[in-house]
Amino acid sequence: MIVAVASGKGGTGKTTVSASLASVWPSPVVAVDLDVEEPNLHLFMNPAISAQEPSYIEIPEIDDEKCTRCRACTDICQFKAIGIFGEVVMTFPEMCHGCGACWTICPEEAITPGKRELGQILSGRSGPSAFVMGRLRVGEAMSPPLMRDVKRHLNGGSGYAGRDIIIDAPPGVSCPAINAVMDADVIVLVTEPTPFGLYDLALAQQAFAPLGKPMGVVINRADIGTRDVYDHCQKTGLTILAEIPYQRDIAEAYAKGRIIAVAVPSMRALFETLVGQIKTLHGQPSMAREVQHA
Amino acid sequence: MREILILSGKGGTGKTSLTAAFAHLASGHIICDLDVDAPDLHLILQPENRETEHFLSGHEAIIRPDDCERCGQCADACRYDAIQGDDPPVINPLKCEGCKLCVEICPAKAIDFELNHCGDWYRSTSRFGPMVHAQLFPAEENSGRLVALLRQQARAMAEAKGLDLILSDGPPGIGCPVISALSGTDLAIIVTEPTVSGRHDLERVLELCTHFKIPAGVIINKCDLNQEQAEGIEAYCEEHQLSFIGKLPHLTAFTEAMIQGLTITEFSSNGVRESIKTIWDNILKLAAPKPVLDRAADD
Repeated sequence: MIVAVASGKGGTGKTTVSASLASVWPSPVVAVDLDVEEPNLHLFMNPAISAQEPSYIEIPEIDDEKCTRCRACTDICQFKAIGIFGEVVMTFPEMCHGCGACWTICPEEAITPGKRELGQILSGRSGPSAFVMGRLRVGEAMSPPLMRDVKRHLNGGSGYAGRDIIIDAPPGVSCPAINAVMDADVIVLVTEPTPFGLYDLALAQQAFAPLGKPMGVVINRADIGTRDVYDHCQKTGLTILAEIPYQRDIAEAYAKGRIIAVAVPSMRALFETLVGQIKTLHGQPSMAREVQHA
Repeated sequence: MREILILSGKGGTGKTSLTAAFAHLASGHIICDLDVDAPDLHLILQPENRETEHFLSGHEAIIRPDDCERCGQCADACRYDAIQGDDPPVINPLKCEGCKLCVEICPAKAIDFELNHCGDWYRSTSRFGPMVHAQLFPAEENSGRLVALLRQQARAMAEAKGLDLILSDGPPGIGCPVISALSGTDLAIIVTEPTVSGRHDLERVLELCTHFKIPAGVIINKCDLNQEQAEGIEAYCEEHQLSFIGKLPHLTAFTEAMIQGLTITEFSSNGVRESIKTIWDNILKLAAPKPVLDRAADD
């Protein structure tokens, strides 16, 4: 089973939930940090990193001799990554999405694939769990291709076979977030009962619903704010899987980089129950749809 | 004209709540929400939408099944594994990057290439002045282009109204929309928190500011959560010659104010308001135009 822990709003507790789930999961898991822009899971799971490999995207390299300035490449490129100014051909590597259209259609075969580094893929172990993270190079704009590469790494690694996977997803509801949850079997949305939490939860629901995957909610800092998030979940048929109270000791353990299911005694049972809830969700087509039909 | 951008790297540190407070304290400014993916600033500022515009960007490839000859060339060429099935093949819009390769190589010319309406943007007025904001539709892309468009519009509006400050709430992270929000801005203010994640993400977003040569200042929110971390961040700022702008304790009033649709500076009349005012004054000092040269350019 692949569980993606996501949220619309940032800072609601995705990493806290991911690390805690990994620590109480009944069998060894693969914990994956797909928040490649700001990965934090390693700060809590303290993995021993045993491998680090760069991830690349293919970008055009143009042979000036062969190029006849026919403009087939500049015409097809949707990302303004190639320009011809008079007789000068220029590429703008940072704009390139690596689609390969230019070298596929170039009639002179003047374009070959080169590469741009997107970031790094780090892997190792944290206790019985395998650990994988992507880390975007600072200054690199495109996180989805690195995320896809992390997923390729997961499919290729023999140490990962047969294990449940827990994905710590990036915040938001656009392409990076979609990329992180797209292959999951269950999506766990972490939110907080505030107006910002509610608004972004509703966005996440809209974004992820078309994927047709079972979704449930963890409400963090459950006793701040209002009941609006609860009402919303009830109205839209979204199961509330767990409520994490707002407690000073939880916030302080988090601040120090500790896994709350380990550091705060009352939290272990809460996350063990959450594992059970997630396993129940798994295999159900879509909670939201079922309730709406009822 | 000056552009001040509020960032954080890590989400949930209090960027939007503080931007709203600054919008209250500032004068002669335009407010801009550049977190187009999960925008929240409007929940506090409650702007009245004056004009809505469609944001059209990028294309989506769609196969016409009646014309498709099932040759499979498109699926083989697609680098995003976006073309699934074979009778007929269907393009998954969530995976399609709109690169046009399939459209171009299809021997039957059976693939349409349609312009994408991926969001709306708004020119509005709020109780603290004009506001430019947007909503990217859920699961859409091109957030970087929408951010660039909002900044362009904010500048045009500021010029037309004779305003000389653009105050922007930024997106979390360090990727595409953040780079689009950051490049060429005058000052970045990073709101962090004294947690291991806050510190880690602060360092990455500061590295990004250095990369783009944007001056940056740092605010620590919830500074009483971990004294040691807070001191560590202050020391880090000093060591790297970064402007440390101020700190605020963890305040439940932020949530209470948000629930009422108020900024914390409207909601709290005690010392909180004064502390935030001092922080805002420090930001303005940092953002003050350099004498002579910039003045001439602005005029």
